[in-house]
Amino acid sequence: MAMDAVWTVLTVTAVVWAAATGRMGQVSAAALEGAAAGVQLCLSLAGAVCLWSGVMEVLRRCGLAEKLAGLLRPVLGRLLPKASANPDTLAALSGNMSANLLGLGNAATPLGMEAACAMAEGCGGRASDELVRLVVLNTASIQLLPTTAASLRAALGSAAPLDILPCVWVSSALSVAAGLLAARLLEGVWR
Amino acid sequence: MSDYVVPVLLAGAALYALARRADVYAALTDGAAEGLKTVWRIFPSLVALLTAVYMFRASGALDSLTAWCAPALGWLGVPPETAGIMLVRPVSGSAALAVAGEIMAAHGPDSAIGRTAAVMLGCSETTFYTVAVYFGAAKIRRTRHTIPAALVADAVGFLAAAWTVRLFFP
Repeated sequence: MAMDAVWTVLTVTAVVWAAATGRMGQVSAAALEGAAAGVQLCLSLAGAVCLWSGVMEVLRRCGLAEKLAGLLRPVLGRLLPKASANPDTLAALSGNMSANLLGLGNAATPLGMEAACAMAEGCGGRASDELVRLVVLNTASIQLLPTTAASLRAALGSAAPLDILPCVWVSSALSVAAGLLAARLLEGVWR
Repeated sequence: MSDYVVPVLLAGAALYALARRADVYAALTDGAAEGLKTVWRIFPSLVALLTAVYMFRASGALDSLTAWCAPALGWLGVPPETAGIMLVRPVSGSAALAVAGEIMAAHGPDSAIGRTAAVMLGCSETTFYTVAVYFGAAKIRRTRHTIPAALVADAVGFLAAAWTVRLFFP
């Protein structure tokens, strides 16, 4: 759905704009150039993405995910007190957060969905304050190593792809704090 | 300093795995296979979206969009060239990747614009997709203030991306 809109808006605007400004020749060439650039970008991304996924898998198998989950429990108890009262939900929540921190999206989503389903039980299709908080936490990514952004920089020839780490940490922290604050302020208004 | 991150992390993971008697090489290659699946999955979307992004840029529409956004974004201290990322990031992860890749290729990955684009990508998620997945699974119809709060988080993340890059890379 959303992708239909993105693709349609981009291509239709490009064609209308090109017709209006007489740049159809460039647009025609750019279409094929773009397709080739997509293949190139994917190939140059592949190495870094595979390496990072491998490293994260090593850290996960060493039990780092469980360790992180243990550290997160007290924080979650504060942030989502009702959901954390149930031990199963707390386990899913802390697993979800620690996988997010390690950038393991494939592991984070099923655990988050499990927690969300448990938290939504008996609320008749209306999101509770805590469920909104959980979803906001998941839409504002907190990642220790932003591997995709770093891989993209490496693929395009950056001298030090990871030098953005402090910027990403500060920006993610501010973004999460703002999201949670906004949720807290709006939860009384939006019933 | 950041020269040390990658080599030390790789060697450290190996030693940590050795200490915990985990199978480091098998874990590394299994993880890499998982990464290859990710690349394979985004391959068709990257080809399609870069086609659209290149067309959009060649038509001159991207320059006009940047020029329109420039006064407001300039006032906020955000490079106007990153407007495209901010528009597509909440909707599509691979479109954001395509737009960020195009920006970095045009301005250089180590320029202020390129760095801001990377931080914007790293500090945010595909908001609408995430909301749809979680509320779809939990059968929630009344999402209340989720979308506004999540978009506030995205906006603050984007602003912080521009400001932290200016602060840390003067």
